[in-house]
Amino acid sequence: MDPVNNVTPMRKSKEEKKVFRKQLKSSHTLLKHEGIRTAQQPTKSLVVANGGLGNGVSREELCAALNEMGEVETLLMPPHKPYAFVTYRSQESAQKAHFHLNGGKLMCGENGVTLYLSFIDSVSHEEESVFAPLPDGLLLVEDFVSAEEEVQLMAAIDWSSSNDEVIAQKALKHRRVKHFGFEFRYDNNNVDKDEPLPAGLPDVCLPLLERCIKDGYIDIMPDQLTVNQYQSGQGIPPHVDTHSAFEDTLLSLSLGARTVMEFRHPDGRVVPVVLPGRSLLVMKGESRYLWTHGITPRKFDMVPVCDLKSSTHSGHDLETNGSLTLSKRGTRTSFTFRKIRPEPCRCAFPSACDSQGPPAPLPPSPPALPSCPSDAARLEQEFVHQVYDAIAYHFSSTRHSPWPRVCHFLSTLTPGSVLVDVGCGNGKYLGVNPEITAVGCDRSSALVQICADRGFNAFVSDALSVPLRTASCDACISIAVIHHLSTQERRLAAVRELVRLLKPGGRALIYVWAFEQEHNKQKSKYLKDHNGKQNLIKNTSEGSQEPCEYPSKCSDGACTPTDYMPVTDGKLSVHTNRTAFNTQDLLVPWHLKEGKRQEEKVSEDTGKNKRKSNKASVNSCLSSSESPQSDSSPSVDCSLSRSGTNTSKTTHSLGSNPLSSDGNTHPSKLETSPAPVFHRFYHVFQQGELEQLCAQVSQVKVLRSYHDQGNWCVILLKEELH
Amino acid sequence: MKLLTHNMLTSHVKGVTKGYPLLIKATEVKVNEVEFNPQFVCRMIPKLEWSALVKAADDLGHRQDLPAELEPDYEKNEDLLKKVHRALLEVEVVEGSLQCPESGREFPISKGIPNMLLNEDEV
Repeated sequence: MDPVNNVTPMRKSKEEKKVFRKQLKSSHTLLKHEGIRTAQQPTKSLVVANGGLGNGVSREELCAALNEMGEVETLLMPPHKPYAFVTYRSQESAQKAHFHLNGGKLMCGENGVTLYLSFIDSVSHEEESVFAPLPDGLLLVEDFVSAEEEVQLMAAIDWSSSNDEVIAQKALKHRRVKHFGFEFRYDNNNVDKDEPLPAGLPDVCLPLLERCIKDGYIDIMPDQLTVNQYQSGQGIPPHVDTHSAFEDTLLSLSLGARTVMEFRHPDGRVVPVVLPGRSLLVMKGESRYLWTHGITPRKFDMVPVCDLKSSTHSGHDLETNGSLTLSKRGTRTSFTFRKIRPEPCRCAFPSACDSQGPPAPLPPSPPALPSCPSDAARLEQEFVHQVYDAIAYHFSSTRHSPWPRVCHFLSTLTPGSVLVDVGCGNGKYLGVNPEITAVGCDRSSALVQICADRGFNAFVSDALSVPLRTASCDACISIAVIHHLSTQERRLAAVRELVRLLKPGGRALIYVWAFEQEHNKQKSKYLKDHNGKQNLIKNTSEGSQEPCEYPSKCSDGACTPTDYMPVTDGKLSVHTNRTAFNTQDLLVPWHLKEGKRQEEKVSEDTGKNKRKSNKASVNSCLSSSESPQSDSSPSVDCSLSRSGTNTSKTTHSLGSNPLSSDGNTHPSKLETSPAPVFHRFYHVFQQGELEQLCAQVSQVKVLRSYHDQGNWCVILLKEELH
Repeated sequence: MKLLTHNMLTSHVKGVTKGYPLLIKATEVKVNEVEFNPQFVCRMIPKLEWSALVKAADDLGHRQDLPAELEPDYEKNEDLLKKVHRALLEVEVVEGSLQCPESGREFPISKGIPNMLLNEDEV
């Protein structure tokens, strides 16, 4: 079973060989985990690792390479998997393919992947049906509009216009959007029913809508239109259109390029629906009220081969019935017609109904940025301190890998140095250098308790007022702390406090989360982990650095919090995890993992000296049901760096949801039993901002500043008094 | 809370000028054996407020005749280093409180953790 037996050694440098073996080993682990047994002897069938749809390899591209080696009998490309199976007519062809293609590069568009081939006895991989029945109430009408009508409709939308009073136009992060009739507000996921826009629906739409009534798709004329334009690579998070805002039937007309929309049932079912250009999607009943729909942002869709053939030519004559391939996305414009609902919704799906149940899991009212010191303290109390106490155990379980450059700083301290970690969290830096004396403090008593349980010296205190003697420390660290303070004055005070603690000649290291998550054209791990999980074989990197949380759960509204615009009343926007920032002051969601709540409870029961009022409210929402998120653990990212189990870990999370579109989030699962969502306040720093802040503090100079995985960092030196 | 931590802590209540050292009022104290590392203790000693350590150890009944004044060549006195080791790293206050010598404000110690948070009006 040694994979090396199966490989023709190439003429490679030592370094290349090392990389080669490493990659091969991980691919082998993956195969083992997926239950695919490689054969010792040559056979007619091969598994092509890295040559899968999940790796961005299209059927056509792979086919072309395989066909050069001989006559291909079947090519099976399981959805979302980073591998494919090929069976040749003859064993000779298979051997030829193995000889020539193994370790070779296949170009897919602009990217190349390195293929690894191994013989297998038989292709027994169960083919998943991609033809799941459509959700109840969903109807797809192909060719609903003619090509001429399509042109007219597209021409009716002037994206360059600036007549914002008449219609409402926004450039959202993921797409362009225009509203007619009524504006859909992304801050509350609803419409102002008493404030229609001056411009009603464009005239060009009316004949189509009349046709919809005549054909029985709708009963009443819609009075609201939202036009979305998606470039290749853009999408819309899974959502249910707000029940209270719109009547039952929703019409969505697709123009331009074909795309795939995923419908997700709360029970975990996922149904991808291919939406060809000029088709009409009618959403009624269960499909409108209960299933979420969304478009995963990506540049390729997986589509059945027959769907592709209907509109493009297809050169090869393989048996492709029921097979999948990749379809490159182009620009798609959708017209969504809806009827404003005058009365509260009375649908049969109260679990998803905002009229009949609790609203979406957003903070009931996002707070505004503080305007006075006591507001700031209250904001941090509610949106930082209480949250960390509530999520402490889950948070701590995702924070076990010390960041390398922080460790390096700690390792440069002379033996016997006194270090204080202000905002020490679970104490992961307190034991890094055993030659020094380390003391930690944190605002969260729950996190300090974890430190104490681990045998570290720690106490509870605020970063603005650390109860330590002035000039008593040789070094201070403040890692991912100061960005939780909500005003510039308080952030400055926190730096002053650190400097106060230092002896002259002492050094402080400060890390804050960066607004710029891309630096020198490198995306931070925080961003990369969002997309990285699919690329199994290549992705063996270590864990992410800043908050490794769940990808944001989408709300029940027509849009997720991503689409919060910085609104005029100064309310803070809610960040979508693992996306770029669009404002500096924001709320970052934390989705509490169910499995961790039990521990929370245990500690509750045994703990003393806690703020009862806050914690009680947390406990009240703890349920004992099975975790809907347990298999998409946020700590997967972090645990990657810990041991050699990385491949199997990620494979597990991928394999657990074979039909989900992206293999890294399970939004539908999140719908099942909404886990409590907490929101933490952050002020993310722009380049240079941290240095400027430090420059305002006397008796200190910035020794170094740098960017580390989406964080801005400085090393300060306290100078001798002259 | 080890006395090492206590040696660093000070009262930070608004207006207090002489908040050090904090008075220890212990209701539960335990002694945890920790491996003796003479070099580590040697390096710690110059960082300490010696008199505060001696007083704290005395208050907890673990002074072990530590001298009021530190002798100059303590590095060579292994017996002394062992006593410092015990006072600094092995004696722990599990329950009790720390009291500001000037304002009288008490900070609770629970499960070995001092809670030094101030109220809004004390900052």
